[in-house]
Amino acid sequence: MSDDIVNIEVDGKPVEARPGQMVIEVTDKIGAYVPRFCYHEKLSVAANCRMCLVDIEGAPKPIPACAQPVNEGMKVFTKSPRAIAAQKATMEFLLINHPLDCPICDQGGECELQDLAMGYGRDVSRYNDGKRVVKDKDIGPLVSTDMTRCIHCTRCVRFGEEIQGKPQLGTTLRGENVVISTYVEQNIDHELSANIIDLCPVGALNNKPYRYSARAWEMVQRATVAPHDCVGSNLYAHVLRGTVKRIVPRSNEAINESWLADRDRFSYEAIYSADRLAQPRIKESGEWRDIDWEEALEAAAAVLKDADTVGLLASPSATVEEGHLLARLAQHLGTSNLDHRIERRDFSDQENDPAFPWLGCSIADIEKQDVIVVIGSHIRQEAPILAHRLRKAALAGASVNFVSSEEHEYFFDVDSYVSGAGLVQLLSGDAIKPVVEKLKEAQNALVLIGNIAGRHRAFSAVRSLAADIAARTGAKLGTLSPGANSAGLSLAGVLPQKGDGLHAAAMVDSAPEATLLLNVEPDADFHATDDAVAKLAEQEFVVAMTPFISDALLEAADLLLPIGTFAETSGTYVNVEGTWQSFSGVANPVGEARPAWKVLRVLGNLVDADGFDYVTSEDVLAECKAQVGDVEARAYEGSGQPAKVNGEDKPADEIDVPLYSVDGLVRRATALQRTTEARREAGEEKG
Amino acid sequence: MAIEQNLVCFNTFGSPESWTMATYEQHDGYKAWRRILAGELSPGEVIEEVKASGLRGRGGAGFPTGLKWSFMPKNYDGQKYLVVNSDESEPGTCHDREILRYNPHSLVEGMAIAAYAMGATVAYNYMRGEFMDEPFPRFEAAVKEAYDAGLLGKNVQGSGIDIDIHGFIGAGAYICGEETALIESLEGKQGRPRFKPPFPANFGLYGKPTTINNTQSIASVPSIMHKGAAWFAALGPEGSGGTAQFSVSGHVEKPGNYELPMGIPFKTLLEDICGGVWKGRRLKAVIPGGSSCKVMPAEVIMECTMDYNSLQQAGSSFGTGAVMVMDETTCMVSVLRRISRFYMAESCGQCTPCREGTGWLYRMLTRIIEGKGEEADLEKLVDVANKIEGHTICALGDAAAWPVQSFLKHFYDEFEYMVRNNGRSIVEAASDAAA
Repeated sequence: MSDDIVNIEVDGKPVEARPGQMVIEVTDKIGAYVPRFCYHEKLSVAANCRMCLVDIEGAPKPIPACAQPVNEGMKVFTKSPRAIAAQKATMEFLLINHPLDCPICDQGGECELQDLAMGYGRDVSRYNDGKRVVKDKDIGPLVSTDMTRCIHCTRCVRFGEEIQGKPQLGTTLRGENVVISTYVEQNIDHELSANIIDLCPVGALNNKPYRYSARAWEMVQRATVAPHDCVGSNLYAHVLRGTVKRIVPRSNEAINESWLADRDRFSYEAIYSADRLAQPRIKESGEWRDIDWEEALEAAAAVLKDADTVGLLASPSATVEEGHLLARLAQHLGTSNLDHRIERRDFSDQENDPAFPWLGCSIADIEKQDVIVVIGSHIRQEAPILAHRLRKAALAGASVNFVSSEEHEYFFDVDSYVSGAGLVQLLSGDAIKPVVEKLKEAQNALVLIGNIAGRHRAFSAVRSLAADIAARTGAKLGTLSPGANSAGLSLAGVLPQKGDGLHAAAMVDSAPEATLLLNVEPDADFHATDDAVAKLAEQEFVVAMTPFISDALLEAADLLLPIGTFAETSGTYVNVEGTWQSFSGVANPVGEARPAWKVLRVLGNLVDADGFDYVTSEDVLAECKAQVGDVEARAYEGSGQPAKVNGEDKPADEIDVPLYSVDGLVRRATALQRTTEARREAGEEKG
Repeated sequence: MAIEQNLVCFNTFGSPESWTMATYEQHDGYKAWRRILAGELSPGEVIEEVKASGLRGRGGAGFPTGLKWSFMPKNYDGQKYLVVNSDESEPGTCHDREILRYNPHSLVEGMAIAAYAMGATVAYNYMRGEFMDEPFPRFEAAVKEAYDAGLLGKNVQGSGIDIDIHGFIGAGAYICGEETALIESLEGKQGRPRFKPPFPANFGLYGKPTTINNTQSIASVPSIMHKGAAWFAALGPEGSGGTAQFSVSGHVEKPGNYELPMGIPFKTLLEDICGGVWKGRRLKAVIPGGSSCKVMPAEVIMECTMDYNSLQQAGSSFGTGAVMVMDETTCMVSVLRRISRFYMAESCGQCTPCREGTGWLYRMLTRIIEGKGEEADLEKLVDVANKIEGHTICALGDAAAWPVQSFLKHFYDEFEYMVRNNGRSIVEAASDAAA
């Protein structure tokens, strides 16, 4: 017997296990299914549901497979009469007080209790006494509660304690009176909170906005990718007759594991927002008029063709395909004014930008760092899934430090905050020195530049100082980036072309004769220059390709072209670790909206550009990929010059985009806007 | 032969102010501890002595105390803990309370010795919430006296031995008498048993090696060390050394707490010590060790001696020594319902079978008593109890199941009668017939 192998037998078959593994991990690995409710591979073992009782030779009683470590020579029987009898006994107990209201329960059809009751339950209950009824709780706009259905597995409780780090649900009372609740009545309030919907094995905690709107078996499950941050969490959209009814996580251990930020789960509501632009519109003599697509496209093409100066601006969440077509269009139009960096305010030193903004390591490798320094980031808002990885690193013993004007709240032990001044001052002063020492001593260290730093008026100085620290200490340098596809758009060349190209700020300030906005809301998304709405409104002609209509767009634009949201188009995002993730359209377009890549393709035809005869978005992607080639992920390496401070270094001048204001979708997702966090952002809730 | 009482834990009883250090010292108190402080006994020698004494855990399970102590890791650098379980909550049991009220120093000295033997420098005494009034202050006063006398603290009397003792008062939950629930409660969490393994000897209080012993077990240690293992072992029969404290309640002439040698015949306990069944009635049944022990019909227990082996062979267990005596007028269905209500109320609610099953049992019994029972319910009662037993994290599930199983085994006719007669009790029928 080798030290790192334990030989056991499962149902008569020899199996090799690792020391310390629980029996259920081994039975899962070889596909000998053991029923369970409380066990979850991402959570601590509770062993309270007693559903996974199995028979182990020599044990006087049935043993929970989830809590029994393997021992050499152990013989496990998952389906012996004693094991089955114990599992059936537990099922009978679980069902006596369960309301069995499957026909009116949203969990029906995808319920762990319902499924296992088919295998382990009786056809008729022997219980003929009164059932327990539990009052429902209002725990916020995201998660509905039907606590009578609760089977007390405590997965939701352990999620709060172990994954969020912010315990919000707990058990009170004893015996059959035990209830899961928030103790003091309050909303659950964490950027990952709604994962308890997926964890709940019954219909006790469910998706509130989705409530009673579809049945699980009616919907089609389609894979897609989250469009709100640089992580690119993997999703499934559940679609009923072309309409997205809900979003659930698609497990990907390398990216989002099995979790999903609430933002990614509930932003789909905005697809069906009343703000959707249903049809193309044109402004004539200050009056808006609905027009058809043909007229609209011809108007846009005419303007673009005729204008002497053209500027093209894309959202950092535009797809690779959209970006590639935009770049090709710019090339044809002979303009170099092209950019997606609409949040950036300091473009000096942009010639030293790396090929794409890169995390500096893989997402999963964040957990392996010994020392992490996060500069200018409210990372729980900027990339909730990365914040979770940071927390895991901290729990594993890493020193996590934040250099930030403001101290944000984290639910783990933050080793140090360097705060209270502008970022340039913090990075060049004495306060940073202890952090630098820690970096020097670490084997695996990461310096991460966040989005607050990215929007800083002296960003290039911040970046240069951060790069200097990384270089001096041997730490890796990484950066977060705005939107879902800053990396992909950089690679696709949605940047001012070398030479005379204007960056986002200069472009708007220069007032070109024609401007094309791709999914940009100039009032909320555009930080590169001040008063963008007014400046655009002054311009001769602004074409806005947008899923949404807003007062700002009505003021700034002259032609509105309705495009699909992430759900209504195929496309590709490249996340911050450089992973290309393509997805198909999952939902029918709303109104007359069309996928933006198709709109751009037709515009290309109409301005007589060559080679705009793509049939599918895959054709566009293939061309783009061939053009990009193999790009090595590299961090910013410094300009070789001492950092120059080009803008003011005032904390008050830093822009922190709140969690639920990050893009047009999120801003219009009604349930998200009713969360405690959103109301706090809006100043309606304290603290 | 007169049976000698109050030999070990109750040895100060009857003396004026029996709870004071002065009285305790008149009864050879702290002599053993002072020998240890003088360097006369190694930890290993203490453990061997306790092993040889045959002392078994008095909390109910009867695990050999010395053996339990030897499970504590020896070459462990970090903190180790001793925890005394004074969460005396088993229905019918009230003798630990008497130790705390009348002889707390035996516990304080026992804790010091036990902690020393296991290399623990901190010991907690977890007392049930209901002890707030008198037992808790008495214990606290005794600890203070011991500190003031220089018998506790850091480097006690220059011996190099550190021992700090703290009293802790719970909030009154039966489940906190389960050792891992007690640890959770002591840590400030909900009192819910942990699953084992890991056992407390490896992962106990605050994750550190911890031994949990019953009050009476620990309070017996000073006498064992002072008078010797052989003396203690000889007090009881083979396999049940020493004395036990019996809390005798129910239908007897003289209920009370009695410290008696292990192995005393039940007949002697009932008739000679407790004055027999009250009102001249006949004995029907006895629960010998607290409500979770299996009930024994009169004819069975009258042949037993009160020790671990005898009661186990007769189909029950010694438990906590809480002897509940029931005379011929007792309705066994009503008794069982009362017991089942207790376990329903005290289940922590963590494991499915206990959380759901205890209430089911209670409701079935209630229905039977209300005259709405069916014969099928009797089989169902046993079946539900069987499905709880052995399926839970802690022994509370078993404790809820055993009474049901044993009451129906021995007194099935009473249940059957009630079901067939719309809730009328067999004893009511008998007294009506007599009248």
